[in-house]
Amino acid sequence: MQRRAFISNLIADKEPPKALPAEQFQNKALPTDLQLGQGGIANYTGTWGEAQVKHLLRRTLFGFTKADVDFFKTMSMSDAVDYIMNIPTTQPNPPVNGYNTSTDIDPDISAGQTWVNGPDNINYHGQRRNSLYAWNMEQILAPQRHIREKMTFFFHNHFATEAETVGWPIVVYNHHKMLRENCLGNFKDLVKTVTLDVAMLIYLNGYLNTKTAPDENYARELMELFTLGKSSESQYTEDDVKAAARVLTGWRINVNNYTSFFSDVVHDTGNKTFSAFFNNTVISGKTGSAGATETDDLLNMIFAKDDVVARYIVRKLYKYFVYYVIDSNIENNVIIPLANDFKQNWEIKPLVTALLKSEHFYDSNNMGCYIKNSLDVFSTFVKQFKVTMPTSPVEDVFSAYLTLHYGAAVTGLNWGNPPNVSGWPAYYQTPQFYQLWLNSDTLPKRIMYTVLLMVGFQYKGTNTLVSDIIEVAKQFSDPSNPNTLIQESIDLMYAMDISSAKKQSLKQSTLLFGQTSDHYWTDAWNDYLANPNDASKKNLVLTGLLYMYKYLLDLAENQLA
Amino acid sequence: MKRKDFLEKSLKAGMLPFFINGMRFQAYGSTPMLKAIAEASAKNGKVFVLIQLSGGNDGLNTIIPLDQYTNLANARNNVLIQDSKVLTLNGFSGTGMHPAMTGLRNMFNDGKVNIVQSVGYPNPNFSHFRATDIWHSSSDSNAFINSGWAGRYLETIYPGFPTGYPNTNEPDPLAISIGFSVSTTLMGPTANTGMAITDPVSFYQLVTGTVDPAPNTPMGHELTYVRLVLQQTQEYNTTVKAAAQSVSNKATYPSNNELADQLKIVANLIAGGLKTSIYTVSLGGFDTHSAQVSASGGNETGAHANLLKKVSDAIAAFQSDLEQLGIADRVAGMTYSEFGRRIKSNDSRGTDHGAAAPLIVFGTKVNPTIIGSNPTIPSSVNVDDNMPMQYDFRQIYASILVDWFDTPATSADNDILLKHFDTLPIFKTSTSVNKYQVDNQSLMQNYPNPFTEMTTIDFISPGGMVELRLYDNQGRLLSVLVKEQKAKGKHSYVLNGAQLPPGNYYYQLITANGQIGRHIIKQ
Repeated sequence: MQRRAFISNLIADKEPPKALPAEQFQNKALPTDLQLGQGGIANYTGTWGEAQVKHLLRRTLFGFTKADVDFFKTMSMSDAVDYIMNIPTTQPNPPVNGYNTSTDIDPDISAGQTWVNGPDNINYHGQRRNSLYAWNMEQILAPQRHIREKMTFFFHNHFATEAETVGWPIVVYNHHKMLRENCLGNFKDLVKTVTLDVAMLIYLNGYLNTKTAPDENYARELMELFTLGKSSESQYTEDDVKAAARVLTGWRINVNNYTSFFSDVVHDTGNKTFSAFFNNTVISGKTGSAGATETDDLLNMIFAKDDVVARYIVRKLYKYFVYYVIDSNIENNVIIPLANDFKQNWEIKPLVTALLKSEHFYDSNNMGCYIKNSLDVFSTFVKQFKVTMPTSPVEDVFSAYLTLHYGAAVTGLNWGNPPNVSGWPAYYQTPQFYQLWLNSDTLPKRIMYTVLLMVGFQYKGTNTLVSDIIEVAKQFSDPSNPNTLIQESIDLMYAMDISSAKKQSLKQSTLLFGQTSDHYWTDAWNDYLANPNDASKKNLVLTGLLYMYKYLLDLAENQLA
Repeated sequence: MKRKDFLEKSLKAGMLPFFINGMRFQAYGSTPMLKAIAEASAKNGKVFVLIQLSGGNDGLNTIIPLDQYTNLANARNNVLIQDSKVLTLNGFSGTGMHPAMTGLRNMFNDGKVNIVQSVGYPNPNFSHFRATDIWHSSSDSNAFINSGWAGRYLETIYPGFPTGYPNTNEPDPLAISIGFSVSTTLMGPTANTGMAITDPVSFYQLVTGTVDPAPNTPMGHELTYVRLVLQQTQEYNTTVKAAAQSVSNKATYPSNNELADQLKIVANLIAGGLKTSIYTVSLGGFDTHSAQVSASGGNETGAHANLLKKVSDAIAAFQSDLEQLGIADRVAGMTYSEFGRRIKSNDSRGTDHGAAAPLIVFGTKVNPTIIGSNPTIPSSVNVDDNMPMQYDFRQIYASILVDWFDTPATSADNDILLKHFDTLPIFKTSTSVNKYQVDNQSLMQNYPNPFTEMTTIDFISPGGMVELRLYDNQGRLLSVLVKEQKAKGKHSYVLNGAQLPPGNYYYQLITANGQIGRHIIKQ
C-alpha cells in the first residue's frame, strides 16, 4: 500500500474502501477442520520461553506487564503455574462509599467507609451496586500474579446471577465474595454453597419454592447449567426437574441478616422419585429440620453421575482457558483424563493446575486463538500502557473504576449482570462462542475506548485517565531504535507476529513521519531525551508513538490472546 | 501535535459506530436466527419486524379469555386481572386485552392487529435457551438446526450470498438487529463524560489496508473473523449513516421505553431508504416467576403490566410513525416469546414456564381479527397443566414468507421451514381467508366427562381428511385417534382411556376447515 494512501486512511474522514462483506463470518459449524492443539495432560517439557510464559499469563491473568513476563521467565514452567495457582488467603477490603456527591450523601455510610456491614438503605441500592462494580474493576486491575480474578469470573459466568435483579447490594457483595473465596476450592461443596446462597435463592426464586407452589427455576438450572449440562449423556427428565424442585422446597431468606435458613413448614415431605437416569432413586421425604438434608441427598444423587458432571465442568473450563473446539482427540486425551481425576474428589485447584501444566495447553496451535472479552481488553491496556489509576480521594477512585466498568459494559460485558442465568453466550453458544463478543458495534467501540485511554479519557470533570506512552516506550530495550521498539511492542501486545512488510509500512508512516530512514525517529527520540522539558520535542515523539500505538490497537491481532 | 489534535483527527467524524439516538445496534446477516437476509424488499419493498419478548410471556394475562373467567379465577386468582378492567375488543366480546395495552387495543379496534391464539409446537420444551433455539431455527422440538429460518429464506433468493455483496445495487445490510439500550444503570456519574464526545451517527475511523495471510490454525481462524468484522463495520457504516441522517421520525415515542427506543430507529432506517427487509428488536424481563403482579397496586399493575405497557405503547408509536412517514403499508411486525406460562399461578404471585401462547401481528395489511378460539381452561387445574397449542409457530413463519414476502410455497416448505406448514389468514393477501374458522359445534364435549374408562367424542366432518388427536396436560401428542377420510356429517369416536393416568387431557379436531380443541378429564 502506498504511504500516502495509508496515511489518509489512518486519519482522514473519507468513505471507507470497499472490502469483502463480513456478514456471515461467525461460525456456522464448529471449525473442526483446523489444526487443533495436540498432546494430552502429561506435563509440558518443551521450551519455556517468552511465548509460553505470555500464553500462560494471557489466559490466567486480567492483563500483564513486561515486568510480569520477566518475573515468570526465570522460573520453571511448573513453578510458574504453581505460583499463579497460589492465590491469597485473605480477601480484598470490601467496597466503600465513594459515590457521595455534593447534593446526594448516603446518611448511613460516611465517605470511605464500607457499606457491606449495613445498615441497608433502599435509596442507596443503585449507588452501592455501582460501588461494587467499580470495586470489582479495582480487583481486576490490581497488580497481581495469581489466577484468582480469572477463576472468580469463571464462576460468576458459571453460577450466573444478575445484580440488578437480585437487588440488595449486600447480598450481591456476599455472593461474589463467596465465589472469590471458593474459586479454587471443592466444586461439590461450592454447588451446595451456591444452592443455599441468598443471591441465588432470590435470582432463581428458590426462596419462593414451597410445597404448595413448587418453583422449578433453580432445580432446572442446577441440572441444566450448574452440574450435569444438557447433552446426549445427560438424560434427566422434566419430571426429574419437578422432583428436584420438591426436594429443594423450604429454603427461605432471613431479611434481617441476609442469611438463608430451612423452614420445614413449607417443605414437601413426600417421597421424590427420579427417573432411570438417576437409577430410579427415591429421595425419602423427611419431616422437621431433617428435611434440609434432602438437599444433600439430591446433590449426592447428581454427583453420583460423576462422569457426566466431571466432563461437563472440565469441558467448560477447557473452553474458558484454551479454546472452544473439542474434537475426539482432545476429548479422549484431555477432557476424559482430567475428568477422571476430578471426579475422585471434586477439587478445582489440582484440576486447573493439571490443565495449565499440560503439554496440550502449550501446544502452539492453542496460542493466540482466544478472542478477548472486554475485561481482558481494558485490563490489558491499563496495565501495559501504564494508565495510572487514582488512589484518592474515594470519589475519584469510584468514578475512575466505574468508567472502565462502563466501557466493558457497553462493549458487551456488563460485569455483575450477565444476560441471563446461562452466563455470557461467548462461553456456551455453539458454534460461535468467543466470536459473539465482537460485532460491528462492539469491536469499534472496544478499539475506540483503548485509543481514548491512550490519549486521555475524562472520567470526572477534568480528571483524566491517560497512558504514559513515553514511559511505555522506555521499558523496551532501545526505544531509539524504531525496529526493536515496534517489534517489542508487538511481542508484548500480540500473541502472534505480523509481516515484515506491515511492520515496515507501520514504521514509516508513524515513527518515521512518512520518511524512510530510521534516523528520523532515532534523532527525534534522542533529541527529546536530551531536552525533556522542550514541549515541541516531546510532542514530536508523542505524535509518532500515538500513531504507532493507535495502529497496533486497531489491528485485529490485538483482540486475540 | 497535541493530544487533542490527534484525537480530533483520529476520531474525526466522531465515533460510536452504530450508535443512533443513544441505541446500539448491529447490522448483520449472521446470527443463529438471521444467518443472512433479505433483499426481498428490493423485490416488493416489504419489511418485517420481529419483536422478541424474551423470558416467556404470560399469554393468559395478555390476551385474556373472558369466557373462561370462572375457571381462570380458580387457577390463578393471585395474578388474575379483574374482568371489569380488561380492555374489550370490537367484535370479540369473549376476549380482551390486559388493561395496560391501550395502544394495541386501539390498533385492534382500528383494524391493524391480528391475534393468533395458542401458538406453540408439539412436545414443548421448557428451557428458555432450547425453546428460543427452536423458535429461531424453526425446528422440531427434538431437532437441532444451526441456521435460522430467516437466514435460510435469503439463501433461497440469493444463492451464493455473500460473494459479491454488498454491491452497487445491493449496498445495504440484509438484516438489522437493534440491541438493548444502554441501560439506565449505566447512566452513572461518568457515563455522560464518556459519551459526550460522540456524534450519534458517525463512526470511528479504523486503519485499513492489506492484511497478512492467516494460517489454518485456531489463531488464523479467529484472526480472520475479527478482520472481517472490522471490514464489515466499515462497509455498513456508510449506508446506515446515510439512511439515518436522511429523514427524521415524525411520531412522539414514549420515554423510558427501551422497546420504543429500538423501534424508533427501525422506523428511521426504513424511512431513510435502507432496503433491509428484516429487523429484530427485543424486550426482556418476561420470566415472571414471582411478583408478576403488584402486591399492593392490584393485579392489573406490577412487573408484567409495566412490560405489556411498554410493548403496547412502543408498537402504537411505531405504527403512528410509519403512517406519518408514509411507509406503513409495506411494514408489518409481530411479537413472539419462547413460550407462554403455566395456567396455574404459583404462591409468589408469578407463573412458571409454560407452553402455547397468543401472538400478535400488526400493520395496516393484516386481517383485523382473532385466529383460533379462546383457550379453554379446565375447571380444576394442576400445577403441571399447560396450554395446548392450536397453531404451530411455523404456520406464522409460513404466512410471513408466502403471504408477506411472496415466497413460493414450495420454497417455503422445502428450503426454509424444512417441511410443509399451512399458512394462516394473517395478511389480507392471504388466500386462506375464511379457513380456520371452525364452527364451535364441530367438536362436542366428550361424554361422560370426567370419565374413568370409556368416553365418547362426537365431531362433525365437513368431508375429506379428518384428524382427531389426543394430547397430555403438557402439550405432548399422545396419540392420533382418527386419521382418515370421513364423509360430511356427524361421527363418533369412543376413547378407551382406562390406561391413562388421572388428570387433564386435550383433544383436537383437524379438518379441511381448520382445527378446534377441548379439554377432557380422566378420573
